[in-house]
Amino acid sequence: MSVLAPVAATGRLVLASLAMLGRVTIFAARATSHVFRPPFYGREFLQALMQIGWYSLPVVGLTALFTGGALALQIYAGGSRFNAESVVPSIVAIGMVRELGPVLGGLMVAARVASSIAAEIGTMKVTEQIDALTTLSTDPMKYLVAPRVLAATLSVPVLVAVGDSIGIWGGYLVGVARLDFNAATYLKNTVDFLEFWDVASGLVKGAVFGFTIAVMGCFHGMHSGRGAQGVGRATKLAVVSASVLILAANYVLTEVFFSA
Amino acid sequence: MIALSGIEKAFGPNRVLRGVDLTIDTGTSMVIIGGSGTGKSVLLKCILGLVTPDAGTIRLDGQDVREGPRDAFLARFGMLFQGGALFDSLPVWQNVAFRLLRGEQKRPKAEAREIAVEKLRRVGLKPEVADLFPAELSGGMQKRVGLARAIAAEPEIIFFDEPTTGLDPIMAGVINELIREIVTEMGVTAMTITHDMSSVRAIADHVAMLHAGVIQWTGPITEMDETSDPYVQQFIHGRAEGPIEAVR
Repeated sequence: MSVLAPVAATGRLVLASLAMLGRVTIFAARATSHVFRPPFYGREFLQALMQIGWYSLPVVGLTALFTGGALALQIYAGGSRFNAESVVPSIVAIGMVRELGPVLGGLMVAARVASSIAAEIGTMKVTEQIDALTTLSTDPMKYLVAPRVLAATLSVPVLVAVGDSIGIWGGYLVGVARLDFNAATYLKNTVDFLEFWDVASGLVKGAVFGFTIAVMGCFHGMHSGRGAQGVGRATKLAVVSASVLILAANYVLTEVFFSA
Repeated sequence: MIALSGIEKAFGPNRVLRGVDLTIDTGTSMVIIGGSGTGKSVLLKCILGLVTPDAGTIRLDGQDVREGPRDAFLARFGMLFQGGALFDSLPVWQNVAFRLLRGEQKRPKAEAREIAVEKLRRVGLKPEVADLFPAELSGGMQKRVGLARAIAAEPEIIFFDEPTTGLDPIMAGVINELIREIVTEMGVTAMTITHDMSSVRAIADHVAMLHAGVIQWTGPITEMDETSDPYVQQFIHGRAEGPIEAVR
């Protein structure tokens, strides 16, 4: 084996990664352009809105509820080391709306939605339904991809907002029932320390995460391999890539929004 | 008239089509035969633009298919896919009337449904089937719905991709008869790919045999049995011995 073999392997990996990045970027740009160009498929958009937004509410809500409660317990335990238990309401609120609401909500939606989009579109590809759409003069990017991308971009911020509220409520329940906070004081501290940009930044993150989830689900579905194994692989890749990109995008957005 | 000239297509190192020349006259039914994996479906997808050929030209009525508006080009075609390719999320009637519910051929919903029900009746399905979903249908019924979808917008050209695959012999015979009737009745140009010889005899006016990426033989169905071409003779009689290598 040549001593340059590891370098060549690394080079191949880098080139393959860059090629994949390029394909995903072009796909995302095409998807975005189709969102703004007619024809528009309203029925498909509304169906996607229900599937992505409405049916994700329970899982996002439960995640936020338990996260808010656990956060209150952790901050109380940590804060009590230096007599700062009173910061529980404000830290729970800020932590939920800035970070945990968007990120955990995004990850839960990624697990639920990116997988289902990739599996659905991948199965359509394997069973020639995508080809059938084309022969029926219907662009699959317009009919399948654009409605899902738009629906996810619009609905995930709403899910984040609901998740934020439920998470703060979870912290409130634990704070009042378990940690003996005064209910009125807890609420006052929550409201007093929360600023508009704390909430808005989380919603912007939600929109970016929603876009990412739909694009990765559609991309891997449209590029699914043959058979059950191909669809399974596309589903796995959609969830993994959407999750990793959400975490990476979260860091970048946090740098942009909050770096001093 | 569809005229293919020097069509080549490779997938990586696998050269599937190596220079296909074929002409399908308007109003005739051409059946392309050949073993599995010989590129019959790829050829059909090349014509529709679902696969881009590496070389060669495809002309429809003298015009290169890559030129001109694509929607208008596709509107001239109907296609029956091998597995039906029905949209799971839509009821049967919306599958059949898909083209009539959107795009340039859009009609009012009630009219589109009426046409869909009429086309379903034409392929031997009752109106009650219209509101079922594809998953609720048997394989034979799915083929019929696929056929109804293919003819719903009154195309000039219909492609049939392995129309009898997966069906029992009786249902295969019914589908073959339906295809023949519809092709004759509508006066369309038809192109069918199959390796089912009963389909060939029921549907074809002309037959072309695709092997090793080229058309090995083509001629009228009446001459198929008499031809001395060893590839055709081996294929139509299903012999293991002959120029086509059989994997045992």
